[in-house]
Amino acid sequence: MKPAVEAKSVSKIYETAGHAPVKALDNVSLAIAENEFFTLLGPSGCGKTTLLRLIAGFEFPNGGHILLQGQDIAHLPPDKRPVNTVFQHYALFPHMTVAQNVAFGLRMLKRPQAEIGDSVRQALALVKMEAYGARRPSQLSGGQQQRVAFARAIAPHPKVLLLDEPLSALDLKLRQAMRLELKRLQRETGITFIFVTHDQEEALTMSDRIAVMSAGHVQQVGEPLAIYESPVNRFVADFIGDSNFLDGAVVKTAKGGALIKVAPNFLIETSAAGAAKGDKVSLALRPEKITLAQPVKGLPRGVVREAVYIGNSTTYMVEIDGGIGVTVRESNSLSGQSHFAVGDRVGVVVEAGAARLLAG
Amino acid sequence: MQRTQISAWLGVAPAWFVIGIFGVLPMLIMLGISFMVADPYGGVEPAYSHEAYIQFLFERDLDDSLIFNPIYLNIVLRSVGLAAITTALCLIVGLPVAYFIARQPESRRDVLILLITIPFWTNLLIRTYAWILILTRNGVVDARLQSVGFEAGTFDLLYTNTAVLIGLVYSYLPFMVLPLYASLEKMDFRLAEAASDLYANRWRVAWEVILPLAKPGIVAGCLLVFVPSIGAFIAPDLLGGGKRMMLGSLIYFQFATARNWPFGAAVSILLMAFVMLALLVYARVNKGQGLPAGGH
Ligand SMILES: Nc1ncnc2c1ncn2[C@@H]1O[C@H](COP(=O)(O)OP(=O)(O)O)[C@@H](O)[C@H]1O
Ligand SMILES: [Mg+2]
Repeated sequence: MKPAVEAKSVSKIYETAGHAPVKALDNVSLAIAENEFFTLLGPSGCGKTTLLRLIAGFEFPNGGHILLQGQDIAHLPPDKRPVNTVFQHYALFPHMTVAQNVAFGLRMLKRPQAEIGDSVRQALALVKMEAYGARRPSQLSGGQQQRVAFARAIAPHPKVLLLDEPLSALDLKLRQAMRLELKRLQRETGITFIFVTHDQEEALTMSDRIAVMSAGHVQQVGEPLAIYESPVNRFVADFIGDSNFLDGAVVKTAKGGALIKVAPNFLIETSAAGAAKGDKVSLALRPEKITLAQPVKGLPRGVVREAVYIGNSTTYMVEIDGGIGVTVRESNSLSGQSHFAVGDRVGVVVEAGAARLLAG
Repeated sequence: MQRTQISAWLGVAPAWFVIGIFGVLPMLIMLGISFMVADPYGGVEPAYSHEAYIQFLFERDLDDSLIFNPIYLNIVLRSVGLAAITTALCLIVGLPVAYFIARQPESRRDVLILLITIPFWTNLLIRTYAWILILTRNGVVDARLQSVGFEAGTFDLLYTNTAVLIGLVYSYLPFMVLPLYASLEKMDFRLAEAASDLYANRWRVAWEVILPLAKPGIVAGCLLVFVPSIGAFIAPDLLGGGKRMMLGSLIYFQFATARNWPFGAAVSILLMAFVMLALLVYARVNKGQGLPAGGH
């Protein structure tokens, strides 16, 4: 099956008079499958909105192609693309009621009156806003406006729905509820979602696949598990969750595994990923993948320098003998106590395969 | 409580004073004059008469019977017609201009708005005289077009309704552009983007989103053009040659030349009544719509 949306070597440069040109997208290639919940994740300014605007047709690429179900859509203006957007700022029409807002796209498509009525009712029911059809957007709360914006974008049954940080203006509880809601809506409508966020938790909980972006480049594309567990580079490992970054040298390789020495008495076993003996490499190691033990012989040992209680777990900064420091996160005991205190001597356990070899 | 009421009254007293002296009093004087008898040497004789209002519609025959005389009614109709066309033309020209300015980068907008107001720096009379030079036989337009083969006088536009219209549109265009700009400038153009995302082509975006949101500016601009142009007298007088009289020039003529103050005052009162009626209708129509002026 052809991908729903495909970006082929897309570049976008903004030229503003009196400013240096900004390279918002640099040679970006992506293929987004039919019915996929695909997330663009990256820090502010990395080009996420720009990519959506290129797909919607509000901007034109300086290089490359954008394909919709295999067709190049370069020549199509926004109103001819079967793609709808849920804008970050909602952009509801203030002079129309909620129902008129939702009906707008269908009316522009010249659908029969009866069909418009039905579709509007369905779309409002989908977002549980049936009771608000006669209201003006200014009479709604932020969360309700967000739902209406969603209903408006989905009512014409677009092939692809673009969502630009639609939850960022909502408070935490509402945001968490809306995550599940959006996921449900995507399943029920079967529409391909391209969802933009800078919130890694949002991306991990909702997406089928995630593209991690930084500075106009796609760093890694993969399922949430792969992105979290196997970040390909330091940027991804750092942006998604917390990581310890450890530099070391390969001392032994065998059967697809490698032994890496990061401190005199501290050896970590990982999958080799093409490393050869003697190579200088970097490892990413999640704090929750390290366990602390009694400082018995044979383990790398160190001292707890800091212990930060965060409810169900405690984060420790451990200084390992020989100079390097690692962050460790451990669940607390049943009574809620931390297992270790500042100044305790501890042993550090890293299971084989817990750390990731980073490229570059 | 008493004291706060009194001080509240004292607070707004200057405003009432100004409104009274500069607004209400002159109108009362006009109303009074319109019910007096003309002094042939100018001014009025202090005697009651409603003859001025009768004169507006009727002529007196030799035997004092009233004959319907449509000449002034015609002037009213011409004035309303010209003012309406002027308003429509100003809107058609002004909308794209205001839209263009509103879409410019902020620094350039201020310069362009300044340029729009530059005509106000010179007296309207002088600027209208300049139009005589442009529109007359062998004038700027006629001469230019002669040189490309038109016969002399083909574009002798002076003293025509067209000339009056040109003059009126020229005079009042800024009054249309400024309020239009004010409402377009604070409009959220991302709404236009949202509309085109929802399958609206350019015309539909303008019709469904931009015009409705610019409506307060459109209404204000139309009022600011229609009301003064219905009573205009410089353009009709200079460019229409007095042949194409409008209400403003009729009033001017009655006071300055015909020395019939009561009739001039009566026409003024009728004009004012008409304008107020138009405003009332507008207020009625617009009531309860509560349109926000722009985005959120
Ligand atoms: N219209 C524009 N003109 C100039 N620069 C822009 C414009 N839009 C975005 N940019 C720049 O392009 C880069 C990417 O922006 P954007 O796609 O909005 O990022 P994101 O949505 O990931 O925060 C930023 O550096 C931003 O400043
Ligand atoms: Mg953005």
